[in-house]
Amino acid sequence: MENLIIDGSAKTPAVQFDFENGSMELRGRSIPENSVEFYQPLNEWFEAYAKVPKRKTVVNIKLEYFNTSSSKCILDLFKKLESLNGSSTEVIINWYFEQDDEDMEEAGEDYQAIIGLPFNMIEVEEI
Amino acid sequence: MTLGKIYNLYKALDEESILLSFKGVFTADLLTSILQIMESKLSYLAESPKIKKKMFNVLVECLQNLYHHVDDSEMIKDGDGLINSSSALLMITIVEGSFFIRTGNYVFNEASVALEDRLKKINSLDKEDLKSYYQKVLNDGNRSQKGTAGSGMIDIARKSGNKLEYEFVEAGDNHHFFCLNIKID
Repeated sequence: MENLIIDGSAKTPAVQFDFENGSMELRGRSIPENSVEFYQPLNEWFEAYAKVPKRKTVVNIKLEYFNTSSSKCILDLFKKLESLNGSSTEVIINWYFEQDDEDMEEAGEDYQAIIGLPFNMIEVEEI
Repeated sequence: MTLGKIYNLYKALDEESILLSFKGVFTADLLTSILQIMESKLSYLAESPKIKKKMFNVLVECLQNLYHHVDDSEMIKDGDGLINSSSALLMITIVEGSFFIRTGNYVFNEASVALEDRLKKINSLDKEDLKSYYQKVLNDGNRSQKGTAGSGMIDIARKSGNKLEYEFVEAGDNHHFFCLNIKID
């Protein structure tokens, strides 16, 4: 299975989905006008991964900004991860946020309230 | 317009501490440019990184709202002339360390009723209730075609931390002009 690597842009995050490591990372900003279109290949990669997952799946969310239309796409991805968790892989979500960025911290808490997956809230100086 | 009015307009914009103002149709390219301009302006303002971040976040959401009207554009009669219904206004000012984002756009009469209901509800909630309302809408909101799920205004209210000031002014052809003033401090 191939990895999914997408460079970041002014409106979209850098994507690094690594099959061998069972790791999925989003980094930067996710503020496209059409989020559904951007997240489509990410969902497709995950569906293929879900058939042959690694024992551990680590998700690293390192976002500086994201818009509400992306928030729904991220939730959809988390829901897919949730349904996979426990049976064939163990999912961990690392939610990064910058010091004093309480909005991004709260955004992580929003997902924690909705999704039954273990979240590590990780405060860093700069994303 | 007489040439002297250009100077008057310049002075007026200066007195109101307007960082950026645009009237017209908000295209995807324009959104990118406005965000770039504001990001560089924000970088040299003395305000705290926290406020700048909130400001940028709210601006992204506002622009998205204005942009999503581009698709259903039509010519409507407002006053004496015909106006493109996706024409809108954005104005960003800074007053004593607080940012204000002001937007204005046309909405269909029926849509304005639903929007006003949502705004009333948002303004009636405190911080914690707003948080659970957002989570509820995020989790079970039916996503519109554009994937916005109607959570934009709630997000704006949460990040601004202030009540949303708004008004619906009657315009022509089954439309209202929706005026929104958001304070970020």
